Amino acid sequence: MNKKSQKSQTSQKSQTSCILEGSQAIAQTINNIKPTVISAYPITPQTHIVEDLAKLKADGKATYEYVRAESEFAAASIVTGASATGERVYTATSSQGLILMAEVLFNIAGMRLPVVLTCANRGLSAPITIWNDHQDAMTIRDAGWIMLFAENHQEAVEQHLLAYKVAENLGLPAMVNIDGFVLTHTYESVNIPTPAQVKKFLPAYKPVKGTYLNPENPVTFGAFATPAHYMEIRQELHNALVNSQELIKKEYNNLKKAIPEIIKPTEKATKINNGLVEYYGPKNPKTILIALGSLVGTIKDVVDSESDVGVLKIKCLRPFPEKEILDILKTAKHAAVMEKAISLGATNGPMAMDIKAGAKNKIDTHIKSYVVGLGGRDITKQMIKKIIKDAENKNDAIKFIG
Amino acid sequence: MKNTKNNKSMLAPGHRGCAGCGELLAARTVANALGPNTIIANGTGCLEVTTTPYPQSAWRMPWIHSLFENAAGVASGILAALKQQKKDKEIKVVAQGGDGGTFDIGFGLISGMWERGENILYVCYDNEAYANTGMQASGATPWGSSTTTTPAGEGQTIDAIGSHQRKKDMIAIALAHGLNYVAQTTAGFLSDIEAKVKKAVTMEGPAYIQIMTPCIPGWKISPDQTLAMGRMAAKTGLYPQLEYINGELVNKTKITKPIKVGEYLNAQGRFKHLFKTEQGKEQIKYIQSLADANIKKYGLDK
Ligand SMILES: Cc1ncc(C[n+]2csc(CCOP(=O)(O)OP(=O)(O)O)c2C)c(N)n1
Ligand SMILES: [Mg+2]
Repeated sequence: MNKKSQKSQTSQKSQTSCILEGSQAIAQTINNIKPTVISAYPITPQTHIVEDLAKLKADGKATYEYVRAESEFAAASIVTGASATGERVYTATSSQGLILMAEVLFNIAGMRLPVVLTCANRGLSAPITIWNDHQDAMTIRDAGWIMLFAENHQEAVEQHLLAYKVAENLGLPAMVNIDGFVLTHTYESVNIPTPAQVKKFLPAYKPVKGTYLNPENPVTFGAFATPAHYMEIRQELHNALVNSQELIKKEYNNLKKAIPEIIKPTEKATKINNGLVEYYGPKNPKTILIALGSLVGTIKDVVDSESDVGVLKIKCLRPFPEKEILDILKTAKHAAVMEKAISLGATNGPMAMDIKAGAKNKIDTHIKSYVVGLGGRDITKQMIKKIIKDAENKNDAIKFIG
Repeated sequence: MKNTKNNKSMLAPGHRGCAGCGELLAARTVANALGPNTIIANGTGCLEVTTTPYPQSAWRMPWIHSLFENAAGVASGILAALKQQKKDKEIKVVAQGGDGGTFDIGFGLISGMWERGENILYVCYDNEAYANTGMQASGATPWGSSTTTTPAGEGQTIDAIGSHQRKKDMIAIALAHGLNYVAQTTAGFLSDIEAKVKKAVTMEGPAYIQIMTPCIPGWKISPDQTLAMGRMAAKTGLYPQLEYINGELVNKTKITKPIKVGEYLNAQGRFKHLFKTEQGKEQIKYIQSLADANIKKYGLDK
C-alpha cells in the first residue's frame, strides 16, 4: 500500500471513541464540519463550547473566522450577515442569550438562512438561574427553526451533522438543543467524525449564484412586504418547515449508512428511531411517557423495570412530527408529557398542547401534562414512577412534580 | 468601450421616497460614490422601506436589511465571509442607517463593530428623528425641535419647548473609538458627500460618516428647501462639515459670516413654536449659543 492510500484509509475511519466533555465533543464536531464564520457571546452553560472553538483557532487547528461579539444579539446578527454572504456559519448560546437573540432568530428564518445554533438549554430569569430546563427553547419555538433535542453526547454529535445537512438543503435554520450541564459539562464516551467522514455526508457549502450577497449578482435581502405578499411568504416558510420532516428522516438514514459509528447506538428496547422520534419500551405499552433530551435517559432506566410502560422521545420538536407521535401513542391507554418547560398562564405545558391538539379526534389515548425539573430541579426515578401512576388518574389539570 | 452598466445609478429611480427627500438624495450619492463592488447592510427606516417594496428593489448592488438595530453586526458578518472568500480587499462593506438606528437602538452594535477594528464604513443619515414611524424624537433630535414624542405645547414647563435633551455627540464618540476616518456633512453638499465616501473607503479600519438629511414632512419644509436647509445648517455652525483623519480635524466648513440660527430655525415648521413665546425666544438664544460654541470648538472661523 502506498503512503497516499494509507493516509486516506485512516482518514476514513472515525476517531476511535474517546471520553470527552459534551462541549468538547460538540466543538470538535463543529470544527470538523468546517463552518467558515463563527460568532458567539459567552453565557453559562454554553461557554465551554465557544471557548473550545476559540482555542482550536488559536492553536492553528481551525480556519474559521471567529468574530467576538459584544452580545448574543450581535452574534446572531453577525452570523446572519455571513450566512447571507454564502458561508457556512455557527453560533451557540443559552437561556437569556437565546431570548436576547429572539428578534434575529425570527429574521434568520424569514430570510431562509441555513444558520446552525447550539442551545445549551437553561431556565429563564426571574429568578435568575443557570441550571437546565427547556424554557429558553420553548420560548422561541415559533421562530421558524428546525429544533432538534439530543439525549446524550453521541446524539448531539449526530444531530449537528443532520442540522447542517437539512438546513443547507432547504434554506432553513436549525437549532440543536443540549441540556445545560447535564450534557455540556459531563464526560462520556463519544465518537467524533473526522473531517473526511463529515465531507462524505456533508459536502462543502456552495450556495447557488444569485442567492447570496455578491456584487457579480446583486440581490436584495430583507425587502419590505405589504399585505399583498407577506402572508404567502410566511406560509411558504411554514410549509417548508413542515415538509422538512421527510428530509430529516432521509438524511438520518443516510448518516447512519455513511458514518454508522457517530449515530447514537441502538439500545435493546428501542423499537423506532428515525431522526424525528425514538420509541423505547414494550410493544404494546399501557402507558407512554413523552419527553425531550437527556431526561429520556432517566426515563429509560425506569421503563426497564416496568412491564407495560414505554418512552417516546421527541428528537425534533419543530417541525412537529405529529404523525410519528400519534402512530406510537395510539395503542397506549395513557400518556404523560413530561416537560422541563412551562407556558405561563396556559392550561398545559407547551409540548403537551401540541400533542393534545394533534391527538384530538384522532386517537383515544388519554394524555396528561406534567411540568418537571424547572431551573435544574432533579427529576428522580421516584417522580417518574409517581407520574406513571398519576397518568391513570382522570383529572386532566396540569401538574407540577418536583 | 463604455460600460453602460456602470453609468446607471446604484440606487434606481422609482423608489417610494418623498419628493425632495434628503435621505434618498444622500444615499444615492453615497451608493454612486461606492460603486457596484460594494455590499450594503441597511437598518430599518425610511431608506429601507422606500427602496425595497417587495418584490421590487431600487438597489443595483448587493443589499441586505435584517433589523432596525443590527446593520453593524450584519456588516461584520459580511466582512468575515468575504475574508474567507479572500475578497475583503476588493469588495467594500458598508453599514448604514438612520439616526435612530445609529444614535439609539443600534448604538451598542456599532460600538462593537468599531471595537473589532473592522474595515467597514458606517453611514448615518441623520434627519434628527424617527422619520419612518412618524417623527418621534431620537438621541439626534436637536434642542427645541417639536417631534411627535417631544411635541411643543402650551404649558409653562420646559416640556412646552419641544425636545430639551442635548443632541448626542456621535462624532466625539466615533473619535473616542480611535477611528481613522470620521466625517460629518449634510445633504446640502452632494459633492462633499461623494468626496468623503471616496476618501473613507481608502482608509484602513472602521470609518464613520454622518450626513444631516433634511426631512420634508418631518421638518415641515417644502421639497425645494432640502439643499438650502442642508447648507444653512452648516453655515450657522449647528451642523458643520468636518473631516477627521487619524483623529485630526483636517477639513471643516469655513464660516466667515455665520448665518444666524433664527433664520435657519424660522424656515422650518418643527421650530416655528419657538418664535411665538418668550420662553421660545430664550431657546433660540440658547441654540445660537450652541452654534457659537461649535464655531469656537472646531475653529470654523479660522
Ligand atoms: C426593535 C424595533 N423597534 C422599533 C421599530 C420601529 N421602527 C422602525 S423604523 C423606526 C425609526 C427609524 O428611525 P431612523 O433610524 O432615524 O431612520 P429614518 O426613518 O428617520 O430614516 C422605528 C422606531 C422597529 N422596526 N424595530
Ligand atoms: Mg431618522
